[in-house]
Amino acid sequence: MKEFKGRVIVPGTCSAEALVSHNGFNTLASFQMAIMFNKKGVPCGDQNNPDLYNQKMQGKALCLPITIGSTTGGMILYTVLAVGKAPACMLFSESIDSLAASGAIMGDVWTDSSMPVIDRLGQEFLDYVKTGMTVTVKDDGVVEVE
Amino acid sequence: MILTPEQQAMLDGSKGEVMAKIVKTLVMYGDTFGAERMIPVTSKYGHTVISYGLKVLDPVLDVFDEIIDAGLTDGQKFTADPRPLDKNVPSNLLEDLVFKKIMYTDQARYEAQMEKLGILNDNAYSCTCYLDQVGNKPGKGEILSWAESSAVVYANSVLGARCNRNSGILELFGSIAGFVPEFGFLTDEGRKADWVIEVKCEKKPEAQLLGSAIGMKVLEDVPYVKGLDKWLGNELNDDACAYLKDFGAATASNGAVGLYHIDGLTPEAKELGETLIRDGAQVYVIDDAELERVKANYPVIWADKEARPELCFVGCPHLTLKQLCDWTDAIDRKLEENKLKKVSVPTVFTASPAVIAEFNKTDKANILKRSGVIVSYICALMYMNNPLCKKKAVITCSNKLRTYTSARYYTEGEILNIITSKEAKA
Repeated sequence: MKEFKGRVIVPGTCSAEALVSHNGFNTLASFQMAIMFNKKGVPCGDQNNPDLYNQKMQGKALCLPITIGSTTGGMILYTVLAVGKAPACMLFSESIDSLAASGAIMGDVWTDSSMPVIDRLGQEFLDYVKTGMTVTVKDDGVVEVE
Repeated sequence: MILTPEQQAMLDGSKGEVMAKIVKTLVMYGDTFGAERMIPVTSKYGHTVISYGLKVLDPVLDVFDEIIDAGLTDGQKFTADPRPLDKNVPSNLLEDLVFKKIMYTDQARYEAQMEKLGILNDNAYSCTCYLDQVGNKPGKGEILSWAESSAVVYANSVLGARCNRNSGILELFGSIAGFVPEFGFLTDEGRKADWVIEVKCEKKPEAQLLGSAIGMKVLEDVPYVKGLDKWLGNELNDDACAYLKDFGAATASNGAVGLYHIDGLTPEAKELGETLIRDGAQVYVIDDAELERVKANYPVIWADKEARPELCFVGCPHLTLKQLCDWTDAIDRKLEENKLKKVSVPTVFTASPAVIAEFNKTDKANILKRSGVIVSYICALMYMNNPLCKKKAVITCSNKLRTYTSARYYTEGEILNIITSKEAKA
């Protein structure tokens, strides 16, 4: 087990199976088809992301560097939060980008959903965590990986 | 963040609960990025990335209803991204059924909301709101609350306006509140370059391919691009602006670039030169081989990779008037060379309603019509979101469209050859 400390963007706790993207996570490309057609488990639709393509994202601890792509990204993230299809948490190795921050904050302010978001976990976190590992997020931004 | 007394009162509910939530969202957004204050939005108009009434986006439309019901409809007027549907764009009965009965069932609800919230006019739907014909062109240094990645990167880079890569919904919050948190591209420091891009190509690089390569490399960083002057010159004329529009859209969609500087061409690069480059900036050298490598690595997700193209989209982002005219000339010339009267692949050119109206006043409109090309105001991406359309062999020279859909990317020259050849092959 290894522990990492990041910055809390949206507070909360959870424990979930890790799903790791080493490339920028394209929010629109990843979520759009799955939410539009209510696909079970919300499989990632981003053909350019070999780590995640077709992997189910709902309820997972999504580990990523940052999000990229369309400025609909935050709105899409807000939508998956509002309809209960979101990952269990989002864990950024880098400083969170403006789109992901928008979506996560809108989800926090405008819905009853709860998705902890931690950023600045460092490259070592992204190098260490592997898809399938168990990730536990604590209130103070500590992330345990085992 | 330090708020003015008026902003603090808004946060505390002086203008109602919904405005308080809007300000709270903006404050949390600013706090995340270390903003110390809010600054006024100074552009005349906003721009929203949301342009479609997708059933699945009901939670977003519900937020708009909350805002309208709270009477917060006197904010900044705005333009919006392109509409998703146009009966002139080829689609079969089943596809139409999916479009109208499953996907965009809330389009009328959405457009009625936009009217109440302050859409500029009924034709103000285009991703290229900054073109003269559309009329939402901010000046250098103006503070914007926009979303739409291709418009934000153009406004920041080519026009020298100041806008963060805001998300859909949040851009309207800034327009409604009248202020945005000051961080990132709104500050001088945030506009400095983290990368130097040295373009060492032998031939003029394809705008959308060069932008893709840079976007994938720098992600959300700011690139300072050298070596384009021999093709683009030192003046922002129609050709240079069109090139940068397409280039920027690819940097923003293949990566997350919100601002770039082109040495000797874009306003801040002209004014400040290499002082814009941060100490220790990384260097990325791009030559013809690197662009070939990037292009060769694009996945092709057609079921039959040898399929004959069924549809071609040109114009993501929307075409400028000059691009429409240049494409018309090129197609006319190639069809004549190949002794054809019409394009051999159903082809749709997309542009803003205002640009289309201007184009239709020229004699080229009839030439293009005779060639069989359809001109539409839609968002090709919204069309391709239809899972039935996704199964079609669609080709495009838009790297943005390629990124988000199953459309297959070709350079503009390759697209021209494919759609004007007797036996169109991918």
